[in-house]
Amino acid sequence: MAAVNILETKGLTKSYGGVHANTDVDFVLPRNKITALIGPNGAGKSTFVGMVSGRTLPTRGTVHFEGQDISGLPAHKRMQLGMAYTFQITSIFPGLSVEDNVSLAAGRKLAHDKAAHAAKTAAALEKIGLSDRRDQIASDLSYGHRRVLEIALGLAQDPKLFILDEPTQGLAEGEVDAFVALMRGLAKDTTILLIEHNMRVVADTADHVAVLDQGRLLASGSFDEVQTNTAVQSAYLGTPANV
Amino acid sequence: MTTQSKSITLHLGVLALLAVLFFVLPAYHVGAFSRIMVLAIYAIGFNLLFGYTGLLSLGHAMFFAAGMYGFGLSVNLGGLPVIPAFAIAVATAGLLAVGAGYLALRTIGVAFMIVTLMFAQTVYLVILYFGEYTRGDEGFIVQQAQRSIAGIDLTSETARYATAFILFALCFLVMARLVQSPFGKRLVAIRENEERARMLGYDVGRLKLQALVVSGTVSGVAGAAYALLFGYVGASFAAVHYSIFPLLWVLLGGAGTTIGPLIGVMFMFYLIDFSSGLTNAYMLVAGVALVLITLFAPHGLAGVLRKKVFKWLP
Amino acid sequence: MDFGPHLMLASIEGAVISAILVLTAVGLSIVFGVMRVVNVAHGEFFMLGAVLAWAVTVTIGGHPALGFVAALAIVPVLVGCIAAGVDRLILKRINYDVDRTIVATIGVLYIVQQSTLMLYGPEARPVEAPFNTRLALPWVELGENGFQMIWPWGLSVTSYKLFVIFAAIAVLGVLWLVLTRTKVGLIMRATQQDRDMAQAFGVPVAQVYSWVFGLGAGLAALGAVLVVPIQQAHYLMGGDPLLLAFIVVIIGGLGSLPGTVIAAVLIGMSDGIISVFFSPTLAKIIATLLVALVLVFRPQGLMGRIAV
Repeated sequence: MAAVNILETKGLTKSYGGVHANTDVDFVLPRNKITALIGPNGAGKSTFVGMVSGRTLPTRGTVHFEGQDISGLPAHKRMQLGMAYTFQITSIFPGLSVEDNVSLAAGRKLAHDKAAHAAKTAAALEKIGLSDRRDQIASDLSYGHRRVLEIALGLAQDPKLFILDEPTQGLAEGEVDAFVALMRGLAKDTTILLIEHNMRVVADTADHVAVLDQGRLLASGSFDEVQTNTAVQSAYLGTPANV
Repeated sequence: MTTQSKSITLHLGVLALLAVLFFVLPAYHVGAFSRIMVLAIYAIGFNLLFGYTGLLSLGHAMFFAAGMYGFGLSVNLGGLPVIPAFAIAVATAGLLAVGAGYLALRTIGVAFMIVTLMFAQTVYLVILYFGEYTRGDEGFIVQQAQRSIAGIDLTSETARYATAFILFALCFLVMARLVQSPFGKRLVAIRENEERARMLGYDVGRLKLQALVVSGTVSGVAGAAYALLFGYVGASFAAVHYSIFPLLWVLLGGAGTTIGPLIGVMFMFYLIDFSSGLTNAYMLVAGVALVLITLFAPHGLAGVLRKKVFKWLP
Repeated sequence: MDFGPHLMLASIEGAVISAILVLTAVGLSIVFGVMRVVNVAHGEFFMLGAVLAWAVTVTIGGHPALGFVAALAIVPVLVGCIAAGVDRLILKRINYDVDRTIVATIGVLYIVQQSTLMLYGPEARPVEAPFNTRLALPWVELGENGFQMIWPWGLSVTSYKLFVIFAAIAVLGVLWLVLTRTKVGLIMRATQQDRDMAQAFGVPVAQVYSWVFGLGAGLAALGAVLVVPIQQAHYLMGGDPLLLAFIVVIIGGLGSLPGTVIAAVLIGMSDGIISVFFSPTLAKIIATLLVALVLVFRPQGLMGRIAV
């Protein structure tokens, strides 16, 4: 029986000299749900997710994935365990075609099986609607298409945990709608962790919301619970908690 | 035609052309092409690291020299026959690549360039320091009598060309296969966006080391072949300009293409051949070529072909 | 000569090497610090300085001091202008892209070196020093009557070598003043810190780059003019200074002028001393390996703020 929580962090802390980016974050991520990580700017969301994915080394604290302690594992090993990560600022292979980009993402697992590899690449392209742009060079893509390609790179890996760092930033309304639909479709088989500023996206997708403020976990629960939490409100609006 | 069959046709075509040239070219050019093919092996080795993985090493002469001295010293001092000596030479280059690579790959960018340059300089200076055995800058000759396999004298023009051709064909085809394999594609991913490759789950550190070791070993093969076929071993092949040459050849021919290295060596060989008839400052040509290429044609000849016409060029 | 006096002699030789090295390395450091450019042709600008100094002294003739003063005044400026030209024609066009700059400056290295070979020839030619009196140096020994000053035969230095050491210190001092006290220096430091901000404040970054590149080459050429009466002018003399300057800049730490100076003194002295007592080749092996290992294990060097 798979555990209820696919990911758990305990006491996760990151300090740069005197700056405390994250302090003692005890965080649980429920399996096969969409969890949104929100908080004001500078709350430490990207740093936290960096420590989960392995891009940043924590000052202290542990990360458990699927029951396994991965605190000491480098980023690429964590990806091999079934995580996928999309960057806040799109990070694709600029000189290669859209198809080659997605093919590389699928290739880690499937390179030995040519047919399966090709099929997965084609499926991922189809799912995000970039099939007719497969031969276009990635650096020539528009901003919106780049973001979509970034997501396709994650999809092609069939991840157990899909981490997306502000995936809808700068997208047009229609593109955001498509994204929401995509996330909802994925959630049955994948656990999704979204860092988001767009509250509409959070409201439409998140089963579970966690709020970070000044490096600490402030609250977590459903979207309504979190929205009506006074501490959360004052963190966002800057008013004192008990008025 | 699929990309794969186009690629096979291209590579076999190049080899067929080289085979035909033996019968068609006058004697002087046959000798020139023997040299070109051996140096092209060196360029092919360098190209894997620079063109495909995106790592600029300024110290590849150390691998070439390791192969050259590995062979020369094994034959002259160790009295070994050709094949074991060659094996030792290639192994030496490979081991050096593992050691130097392990340290150098802890750095990136400009630091990597300088570290590789410094390691190569160290090898050059060590060769000079032990001049008692290596004869330093003067170098030494590998006797004709020792350069034969199973009674076939490898110093005749025909045997030289044949041996160079076989070694070149081997490296050329193996490398072509390698760069089109998943391993090769991952190296390109590292070149295009290393962080992204890492976050796709690729062990970037291990891949880079593997690329460097293959690159260094192939360069060592070229060095050993040079000593075997042309009979001369000298410290100048470990000096800086022998690290610059492969860079020049690969840039000119087209970095990150399989045919680029051969094209680059051919071009530069004849260009320098021509200008050394005019002046003893023939390296001026190399300098001007480097500046012009980097200003106006950074993709090189095959690179431009790939961009404009043959998009499938591996 | 006993060990003591021998060491003193080696130290003086080391001091002279340090003096020249400081000028050459500071030139390289300023260029990398402000422009983030690795100028592989730096050693050739050094060589140009020496060769042009010879040309100037030969053209002017007469008393060596005349030619020397003229060379000191003209040659660094001339080499600086050539370097600025290289910056405008080549480096600017490739937008200071790191890989292409390295390749381009390697090309410039060959162009400068081989052109010199064609025009100047492969011989090494001496330049006479403007003054060259031999000064015997004392050494202290414990004799029967207590400490005595003796003058061991062979322990001497020329007045010119002393001049070189002081000249280098003087130039460094002027440079330090310019960088820290003048507007020009402020502009250079601002451009080094944050190029885009400097541009936003109206600093003509493109021009600053040309000036800085010229300054770097000019400093190297100045060092060469000073050293050419001691060595000789030869078309291949740029290789060693380039290597040593690189070593100094890396060990001292990029972006740190004090670090460069300290490293230059350390490395110049060790090079001089090891070369005298052991073989010069061994000294070079140690220096080369040391640089590589510093870069691998401590990339910021002694005092640097930026890693390479």
